[in-house]
Amino acid sequence: MTPKTTLALLALPALALGGLVLAQSRGGLPRHDAPPSPSGNLTVSLCDGETVAEVPGVKEGETPTAEQARAVADALMVEWRRKHPDAWDGEPERVAQALPHDGGAQGAPAAAERSKEGATTPGESAAHGGTAGGLPADPQGAVQEGHTYGAFSQRDERIWQAETERFVKEGHDVFHDAKAFGGTIGVSCDMCHPDAANTHPETYPKFQVQIGRVALLRDMINWCIQNPTRGKPLADDDPRLKAMEAYILAQRKGTALEFGKH
Amino acid sequence: MSRGFKSIETRHYEERDAFFAGLASVSRRSFLKLAGLSAGIALGKGLVTPHSFQLVEVAEAAERFTFAYISDTHLYPRTLNDRFVRAILKAVDDVNNLQPQPDFVLMGGDLAQLGRKQELDLGRQILKAVKAPVRMMVGEHDWFLDMGGYWKSLFGPENYSFDHKGVHFVTIMSVQEKDFWTERGMTPEQRMQTVAGLDNGVQSRFEVGEAGREWLKNDLAKADKKTPLVVFSHSPLYKYYRPWNFWTEDADEVQAILRPFEHVTVIHGHTHQLLTNRIDNIHFHGMLSTAWPWPYAPEGLPKLTIQQNRADPFDQFDGCGDGTVDVVESGLVNALYNLWDRNPVTVRASYVASDGAQEPPPRTKLPSY
Repeated sequence: MTPKTTLALLALPALALGGLVLAQSRGGLPRHDAPPSPSGNLTVSLCDGETVAEVPGVKEGETPTAEQARAVADALMVEWRRKHPDAWDGEPERVAQALPHDGGAQGAPAAAERSKEGATTPGESAAHGGTAGGLPADPQGAVQEGHTYGAFSQRDERIWQAETERFVKEGHDVFHDAKAFGGTIGVSCDMCHPDAANTHPETYPKFQVQIGRVALLRDMINWCIQNPTRGKPLADDDPRLKAMEAYILAQRKGTALEFGKH
Repeated sequence: MSRGFKSIETRHYEERDAFFAGLASVSRRSFLKLAGLSAGIALGKGLVTPHSFQLVEVAEAAERFTFAYISDTHLYPRTLNDRFVRAILKAVDDVNNLQPQPDFVLMGGDLAQLGRKQELDLGRQILKAVKAPVRMMVGEHDWFLDMGGYWKSLFGPENYSFDHKGVHFVTIMSVQEKDFWTERGMTPEQRMQTVAGLDNGVQSRFEVGEAGREWLKNDLAKADKKTPLVVFSHSPLYKYYRPWNFWTEDADEVQAILRPFEHVTVIHGHTHQLLTNRIDNIHFHGMLSTAWPWPYAPEGLPKLTIQQNRADPFDQFDGCGDGTVDVVESGLVNALYNLWDRNPVTVRASYVASDGAQEPPPRTKLPSY
């Protein structure tokens, strides 16, 4: 076994448990619910959504010890390896798609392609050998690899960017539609804030004199919904509120944060 | 109270009104005499001349006449939105309380929000309460549901001109758009909704268009080039900020038609803010909206513009308002921005004519972000 796969194996139990916690706390996301065990033991599912294992001696609702958690994660991993015997051999990039680090051959055309697309987020230019941080455009030598968190490809980044833009677009649509956020007099946000102008999200939190306390951007969004548009305020975790925050912040990209400014 | 009795207060105000009415009717010649005399006395006493009596101002100091405006009221049906109805009623009260009364009141366009009959009827009904004669201008919100059909049936043609006290006035429809709706298969409502979105990039850019420019040329062919010219257009007849249609695509061609006239003033709506510009001999003044103020665009602001303070979102009327325009002896205008819930601001002809050197309006304390 190579050192890389060993590291990946060690990381997976943590991921499996992390996925368990996430599945319980975030209602809106896809869930991998493990089928209940007839014995009432705690069941844990792997992040593939299919592989399931029981934790002997731990009932549903109880917390396994670290050793028991490690044991069940290992068991899940072994089971997954059994189902996918050829998953990694010879194709390590399926798990850890590290950036091309051999400079010219792969890196340069990819960079040229990206600049044609006009991809300009700071994260991208840093990750793809831009001049951020004073690094040379095509760093010489080896790139650190073998870790899970940094193992993403250009394709991954494009997916993330597209997802982020979709979220911003959702916010744009709510912002421009009185009915979508519950305005009752035909007034939508863009009527006073075209392109989210004059919303200055970079100045929050700040003491909002008119309401006599420190406000966040979302407090002002809700104030506007209640007053000029005569709707009902949205809950703090309402996806429409989150999307509008995303849209407003996206319009001010690159503006220096100046919290407290009036 | 008996009809014959007048309180001390009433008599005081009558005398005061008569005094100011008398001042307004002082002829230019006698005003010059008066101003010269007062300057002479001041010099003789070794005093600094009072600002308003400096001789440099005399050319514009005598007013020919005043007109008022109400603009960009964006009415929805009364049952849906009483907020904007309250605002236009406030403006009607303002212009009806002007003493002396303006010679006429310009409605600067966007009477309706979505061009519906109900909205235009409501606006027409409210404007009937204006005591002075009303002159109408069309805005894109009045137009793009039925391409001006109902608006024209109520108020007449969208392009017209008239002469008043030696000034030639032209109202020109400047918010035509190239057809963006047919190929997208839009309904009239969708077309209207698209145009109603300031930051909706699907629509095309405003223009007077070839037919409008021809009409303008023909109309102006009859007028003497020395006649002061005042043009009413809904969009600014220059290029300020394209993404929001604070813009007229064929502005250069239109300006070329206006340029031969010695004194040209364009009064425009659409931008909902204190806005000042000058291009050669053409002065531009934006009108305030009664419904809501627009923020200043992120770029392209004309350098003569002194911004109005950022509006207080907690005050419906702040940053909104109406205004009066004094046409002065030179044939140019002093534009008074009657900003509600704050002090009014006057942008004087001398400020624009001197490229900002003389009599600048008060500066902003809270510029746009």
